[in-house]
Formats: sequence, structure tokens, C-alpha cells
Amino acid sequence: MLGPAHIFGVCGAALVGFGLYGLIASPAPLRKLLAFNLLGSGAFLLFGVAARRGAAAGFPGDPIPQALVITGLVVAFSATGLAVALLVRQFEVSGASTLRSDPPPPADAEA
Amino acid sequence: MPPVASSVAATTPAGLLLVLVVIVPVVGVLPAFVCGGRWLERITALTIALGAGVAAALALAVLHSDGPLVYLLGGWPPPLGVALRGDGLSAVMIAVTALVVCAVGVFARADFHTPAETDEVRAPFAFWILLLGIWGALNAIFVSGDLFTLYVGLELLTFAAVPLVSLDGRADTLAAALRYLLFALVGSVLYLIGAALLYGAYGTLDILLLSTRVHAEPATLVAAALMTVGLLAKTALFPLHLWLPPAHAGAPAAASAVLSALVVKGSFFIVVRLWFDVMPALPGDAAAQLLAALGAGAILFGNVLALRQERLKLLVAYSTVAQIGYLFLMFPLAFSPAHRQLLGGSALTGGMLQAISHATAKAAMFLAAGLMYAALGHDRITGLAGVGRAVPVSLLAFALGGVALMGVPPGGAYVAKELLLHAADETGQWWWALVLQIGGVLTSSYLFLVLVHALGAAPKPIVLRAPIPLARQVAALALALCSLSLGLIYWRAPLPVPRGIVSNPLTASGLWKVLWPVMGGAVVAILLGRWGDRLPRLTSRDDAVAMIAPARRASVALAGTLERADGAFRQWPLAGLSLLLLAIMFGAAMLAAGG
Repeated sequence: MLGPAHIFGVCGAALVGFGLYGLIASPAPLRKLLAFNLLGSGAFLLFGVAARRGAAAGFPGDPIPQALVITGLVVAFSATGLAVALLVRQFEVSGASTLRSDPPPPADAEA
Repeated sequence: MPPVASSVAATTPAGLLLVLVVIVPVVGVLPAFVCGGRWLERITALTIALGAGVAAALALAVLHSDGPLVYLLGGWPPPLGVALRGDGLSAVMIAVTALVVCAVGVFARADFHTPAETDEVRAPFAFWILLLGIWGALNAIFVSGDLFTLYVGLELLTFAAVPLVSLDGRADTLAAALRYLLFALVGSVLYLIGAALLYGAYGTLDILLLSTRVHAEPATLVAAALMTVGLLAKTALFPLHLWLPPAHAGAPAAASAVLSALVVKGSFFIVVRLWFDVMPALPGDAAAQLLAALGAGAILFGNVLALRQERLKLLVAYSTVAQIGYLFLMFPLAFSPAHRQLLGGSALTGGMLQAISHATAKAAMFLAAGLMYAALGHDRITGLAGVGRAVPVSLLAFALGGVALMGVPPGGAYVAKELLLHAADETGQWWWALVLQIGGVLTSSYLFLVLVHALGAAPKPIVLRAPIPLARQVAALALALCSLSLGLIYWRAPLPVPRGIVSNPLTASGLWKVLWPVMGGAVVAILLGRWGDRLPRLTSRDDAVAMIAPARRASVALAGTLERADGAFRQWPLAGLSLLLLAIMFGAAMLAAGG
């Protein structure tokens, strides 16, 4: 019998899978960032499953994972904000957004 | 460390220091952020002084207490509340972090100074606030007694470290910062998933409680594998190092020093907590061997790539890749087959000593490299001739930092190497002893290369691009000397150096132990280094150069293969796949050991 916890667990696992695929396979940084958010949502759903199953003391719903998820959301939100800021700045400076960051050729004193 | 029943239940007398060491830097950030401008530097200087005082007090308190210091936030004991714990590992790391932050603070005052005619400049404003942020986050990691607090500390650390990479706002450093951030985020989500699995299985994330409850079952082992690999991605252990060289080499010198010396140690520290404190019996020998094998790969690739770099800062950055590998050699050496678990003993002491020696020495090397860059206006290694005459104290700091890393007495790395070699000998794992020795030879090779270039006579007198104040050079030198004198300290519990393991360096065999890596390093450097037109001038005999030419061609070709492999590993898709593959391999190794 599939309970809600199972469905949430499977959804969480699927989101983690999509997110990992996107992070590894798509070359554009913005897509990677969106994939990170999918991945994060999957992880938060897993916390939800842990809460639903009342891991700690056999409560019908354990509140601690929810507190952890809220903290995790704040962290993921700040991460997204920071990454978008870097992306926008990079686009302004160079007119493109890319992850290629080969170090510049050695600066030359004589040049 | 055996769990002490009372340390779960109550706050210890000096426990408040654990809170102070985290909040002093954070409290410093707030007024600095609001006041900004020239106030910023005064507030940061004051905060750094205060924070260093608290760190010293904490280290002394841990030294003089029997067990770890504990502080229960709000008086709530775990599993409901959150505990801060400070043991020997925490105290050592906190003390070294404070030391490096102080030296970098002195060094960076000239670089990140708000000029008199302006109200506020972006780079200094960001630098000082981020420096305090990194410090607070690191201290939070070192005293945290709970896997979720560790996660929060880890994220704070990343968010404070990433902008440091792109302080100058150039397009390539912005790309490096973005790459660092995105890869670090993959790592942190893997860690978070592991935490969710552990909470689901045991109903707590408190380290002490978990250590009594965990047992080998699939959910736990999957969690351990995911968390380990996530942390390795953040530590930039080979082959997950794609973000490190551009990020550490592109940042300003003071920022590189903090990133290389301290930031990667944050996630390394969590790996140590996870493997030694949370689940010493679970990973098993195979997973520990795998971890050290990655370390051996890092030592080989990092050192050879360092030797092949054209720029000094990239050389130092690749040297960090190699030194991170060194840190992971302790895991199989700490594994006791009799107890079937990891035991903190001389191997753990060796690993932690290596970590703090690297922190101080690498900070010194990055600061010194930054000064040489400032003096010359470039950092091409083949163009360093004459820098020894122009900025002698900086070069001395660089050289002493390198010598400390090589493992020359009385440096901390020397004692660390002796301890690890002893542990390898005792557990019969000769292959790790071999890796340690090869690592020492390779480390001395790039130092030899840089010194030969830097001590050469300049074709024309060097005109300094900027005056280099002595205080900045002395800050770098002080860090190098610290690293070199770590071996003189009497290390006792909780990080003991047993008497009789470290051999007397003044005997003939002791001298030989130091000399042969240096000579080996010189040979490797001659065979592999980028010499420009300097190699013929090393010797007065032309036929000597002609004689080694075939050997040099062969070894350069070999190094070229490693360079191409490194280039492939630093491509995002391959790094991502390695990450997944490693997670599977760690999971399989642990399942095999647990089942």
C-alpha cells in the first residue's frame, strides 16, 4: 500500500535525479542554477518524508525536520541570489555568461 | 574519543567561550556593515583583536579541561536542542584560524585601504566584511556539535568565500567564482540529503547521540557516502578540484591566502568529524583506502601540475591541490583492523598537524607571491630573476613556507610526516609510506624551481612597481616561521605526539631523511620544470645539459599527459560524473564492509 510518505519520497528522489542531471549535463550556468533548485527541492521533500514518518519519537508529525527545511530554504534562496548576482555581473562585464574560467595568460611587465 | 555521558547533559563552566568565538566576528560584521567607509577598518581591526583573544582563551580552556567544552543553546539538551562542543581538534583549528586571520589582517591593510579622498570603495568594504564572515563561519564549524549546524556553517563559509574570488570584478574571476559556487552547491545538497537520511533513520543529528545510535544499514551508509562525496567536492580533493586553481589563483593575494589556508579546511574538518566522531566503525577499510587513493592522485597531479605552471600564483594553487591530497592519507592509517574502526591516535594527530602546518605555510606563500607580483607587476616564474634582491624578505617568507611544507625539521609538516610514516609502518601499509615520500620529493621540486629563478641575477635592474612595506613582508614571514616552529611545541592529549616516534633530525640518518627529498626534488625540477633560458646557466658544462636532454624530453612528455588528463578532469561534465561515480564507489565500499 502506497502511503503519502512513499509518494513524497519517490517525488523527492525524482527531483534529485532531474536536478543532478541538469547540473551535470546542461552547459549554461542559469540552467545549472535552476537544476540546483530542483535538487534542493528534492532534498527538502526527503526531510518532509522524515517528518511525516515521525522519526524522532513516534509523533504523528515530527516538527524538527520542518525547522531544518525552513533553514535549508533560506540557505538555498541566498545561494540562488548570490549566483544570480554573479551571473548578472558577469553578463554586464563580458556580455556572456559562461563557466569557462581558464586563467588569463601571464601579465607582462614589459607589455 | 569516548562519549562522555555528562557532556550531553549540561553546559560546562567555560562553555560560553564557544558562543563567543562564533559571535565576536559576526557581531563585528554588523556595525562594520552599517558604518562602512573608514570606520570599517577600525571596527574590523578591533574585532580581529577581540576574536584572537577569545580564540586564545578557548584554546587554553580546552587544554586545561578534562573533557570537551560544551554549551547547550538555550539550555535545551539534544536531541531537542543544539549543542556546541569544543574538543582538542576544535581548539587547534580555532587557534590557527585566528593566527592566519591576524596575519592576513595586517597584510591586507595596504591593499584594502579606503583612500582619504573617498567615502567608501567597494573592494575594501567587501573584503573586510567577508573576512569576518569567513572567520565566524569557520569557528561555527569547529565548535558545532550537530550535523545540521555544520551544514549551516559550511554554507555560510561558501557564501563568504565565493565573492572573495571575484573582488576585482574581472570577467574571468567572476566565472571562477560562479564555477566555485555552483560546484560547492552540488556538494552541499549531497551533504543535506545525507543529513535527511540520517535524521530519518535515527531522529537526531547530534554528533554524540548519533555516534551511539548509528549502525551499518543501507540508509546510513548511503548517507555517509553522499555526505563524504559532497564534502570532498567542497574540499576540492582530486578529481573534484575543477574550481580550485582558477579561484585561488585569480583572487587578490590576501583573499587567496584565506581561501587556500582556511576555507578548504572547513569542509575537510567536517569529513574528519563525520568519519572519526559520528561513525568511526562504519566506513571500513576499503572506503578509507579509496579516500587515500584520491589523496595520492591529488599529490601526483597537483605537484606535477604545479611544476608545469607559468605563473607563480597558479603554482601555489596547484600546490594546494596536492596538499589537500596529503590530508586524506591519514584515513587508512588511522584504521585499526583489530577494532574494525578508525581510531584517533598518532595518524589523526599527524593529519591535523599537516592541516595546520599547511594553513600557516600556504598563507605565507600566497602572501609572499602577492608581494612579488606587486613588486614586479607580473608573476611569470621564468621572469622572477632578481626578485631575491628586490624584495628579499618576501622571497624568504616564500622559501620558508615551502621548506615547512616539504617536511623539514622542526616544521609541523615534518612531525606530521614522521607520525604518518610511523602509522604506515605499524599497520603494514607500505604503499602510503611510499606516497608520503614521493610527495615530499615533489613538494621540494617546485620550491627548487622557483628559488633558482628568483635567486638568479636580473638581466637589468628591477624597478619596483610599488613600494613594498616591511610590515606586509613580515606578516608573511611570521606565518612561515609559525609553520616551521610547530614541531617545537610539545603536543599532548588530545592530539598527542608520542615520544620516540619523531627521530632526532641531528643524527646522520635524520639528516639523510631531510637531504634526500631535497636532492630528489632538484632532479625532478630539472627534468620537469619550465626553465626558459636558465637551465644552461645552472652548470658551466654545456655537455651536461645535452646529456639530460633526452630524459627531460621524456619526462616533459609524461607531464604533458598528466596536464591533458587534468584539463579533462577540470571539465564540468567529467567532474560531475566523477562526483556521482565516487558516491557510488564509497557507497559500495561501505556496504561491502558493513554487510
